[in-house]
Amino acid sequence: MWEYTDKVREHFLNPRNVGEMKDADAVGEVGSLACGDALKLFLKIKDNRIVDASFQTFGCASAIASSSALTEMIKGKTLEEALAVTNRDIAKFLGGLPKEKMHCSVMGQEALEAAIRAYRGEPPRPQTHEGRLVCKCFGVTEDQIVKVIKENHLTTVEEVTNFTKAGGGCGDCVEDIKQILEATLAGKAPGQGHPLPSGIVDLRKPQEPATAPLSNIQRMQRVMTVLDEVIRPRLQQDGGDIELVDINGKVVSVALKGMCGNCPSSRLTIEGFVQQTLQEQVEPGISVKEVAS
Amino acid sequence: MSNGIIYFDNNATTGVAPEVLEAMLPFLKDRYGNPSSMYRFAGAAQEALAEARSQVAALIGAQPEEIMFTSCGTESDSTAIYSALRARPEKKHFITTKVEHPAVLSLGQLLEKQGYTVTFLGVDGKGRISLDELQNALSKDTALVSMMYANNETGNIYPIAQAGAICRERGVPFHVDAVQAVGKIPINLAGLPIDYLALSGHKLHAPKGVGALYVRRGAPFRPFLRGGHQERGRRAGTAAMPNIVALGAACELAGRHITDENTKVKALRDNLQQRLLAAVPEAIINGDPDNRLPNTLNISFKYVEGEAILLMLDQFNICASSGSACTSGSLEPSHVLRAMGVPFTYAHGSIRFSLCRYNTQKEIDFVAENLPKIITRLREISPYRNLPDDAAPGDCAACSCSCSVG
Repeated sequence: MWEYTDKVREHFLNPRNVGEMKDADAVGEVGSLACGDALKLFLKIKDNRIVDASFQTFGCASAIASSSALTEMIKGKTLEEALAVTNRDIAKFLGGLPKEKMHCSVMGQEALEAAIRAYRGEPPRPQTHEGRLVCKCFGVTEDQIVKVIKENHLTTVEEVTNFTKAGGGCGDCVEDIKQILEATLAGKAPGQGHPLPSGIVDLRKPQEPATAPLSNIQRMQRVMTVLDEVIRPRLQQDGGDIELVDINGKVVSVALKGMCGNCPSSRLTIEGFVQQTLQEQVEPGISVKEVAS
Repeated sequence: MSNGIIYFDNNATTGVAPEVLEAMLPFLKDRYGNPSSMYRFAGAAQEALAEARSQVAALIGAQPEEIMFTSCGTESDSTAIYSALRARPEKKHFITTKVEHPAVLSLGQLLEKQGYTVTFLGVDGKGRISLDELQNALSKDTALVSMMYANNETGNIYPIAQAGAICRERGVPFHVDAVQAVGKIPINLAGLPIDYLALSGHKLHAPKGVGALYVRRGAPFRPFLRGGHQERGRRAGTAAMPNIVALGAACELAGRHITDENTKVKALRDNLQQRLLAAVPEAIINGDPDNRLPNTLNISFKYVEGEAILLMLDQFNICASSGSACTSGSLEPSHVLRAMGVPFTYAHGSIRFSLCRYNTQKEIDFVAENLPKIITRLREISPYRNLPDDAAPGDCAACSCSCSVG
């Protein structure tokens, strides 16, 4: 059973603005029957302002609730204001969505964008024209993946799947997504850390700082996961690597390898990136110390 | 079994029968003796253990010494499969089907990674396997064939007798996951070429946490859990007396009601099926209507999504389950429906009702009355309701979900 917020349930059971709009000024469509969810968004636009919105959705409870929320949120907004609505805003409006359901909010944002593009006479974004098709199962392109990674500060393939569905079918493109993820993350200045995606109800909480004190075993497991899945890929991108030497209480000892080992800014790497990432994703009290390997 | 809940999810789990609860309670209170101990207080437990073993054996036509107790169906499956494989370590080929429960399917996938060649037998559109395919898949290197007796999602019953005969002819051990079948259809192992058979308590009105494994006399066996000498050294761990006594009582009850399952329960299921098909356009039955468990109805509604249907049913206190992607936590609909080639347009909207002898006609009436309204409501929200198949919007090539299930 998914843990939906009361607001998600309420918008699912009593969705606002359902139905086709015969005299719509703009229509945006995303998804398909095959993919398991689809949204058709209708807008009535007057003087650059959305005066009415309605939707038709095929999909699960969170897809219907996200569509309902979106129509409520954009009514009365100018097109520019509406375009500034992100999938995180939709999730926030609903009091959060389960992590695995974030793609429902992304679908809302994409339908809105498609509708406004159509209204402005801009060419629609056919998936094959904008970027290479990465996930054949769910028709997700490289551009879409890069966009959600950047906007939601995603750091793992699993998160990309939660937000876009990419990689959730046959799994053939998982390696590809990993590379896109690494390349996108490497494009950022190192050491700036990754603010956590907001608006997510993370049911398993594998990567949020713990509120309850962690046991030693839990801490070790989380440190190892974050090192392997987040930190190492980043360092490897720069020709470096890191080795976990010891975990003693909240002190994590690591050794830098490869290019990192003799890099003059290695202290910066340790404090600015490794420690900060572990503090954000494992436990705030963690400190990282460099030891010789 | 009512508590305001209309429970049609008996393939997921069942309620404990009142008689079963009564039988197990003393073992949670005064009769706590360990059957392995030496005093008379423990001797009474030993007798109860022996009686439970006979009750389980009687339901499936086995000898009591061919029955060992486990903690669940999954443990029974793992024990049987590893037993057969370890007994003949030189053989590296395992055969099972694409529609198995994860208890066997995941094991097959793991074995594949560990160097075994694994054949997953396919199914046709109705979910039926081909005995020819099994015959052709068998080789000198085959260590074991594992096949389910009946499918948990569609209720399909598999040709176990014929498959077992083929295996026996080739000298290959045959394991059957009968978790869904035991208690619902008559099974007589005395006349069946089966070497191992797994069953689970909570699918037949015993509590969760107990299962059993039939090991045909003479079939190779290697313990899965090692430790004490319980279960004649075949399964270490102190006997879970309350659960085991409950399983025995549940098996005896199931034996007494097996005719009801195939008359009364079947009539309720057929009634529900017929009324839903009559009331809802564009609905199909998944599975083989001619060869199905009497309690199971798997039905798909086009243009709507299963999780949404379940949550709306939940508003009426109706419990059922779905093979849709959104309910499973994965993004792909049920592996069983996919293996059958059920189109995505239907697979996403599949709902399984699984009945038991405690369900009533009144409950069927309630579902038959309210489910069509729910489908209508969701189709009103859906963008696809009035479109012919080939004109569904957004059905681009990229979205064809063309990946194959391995």
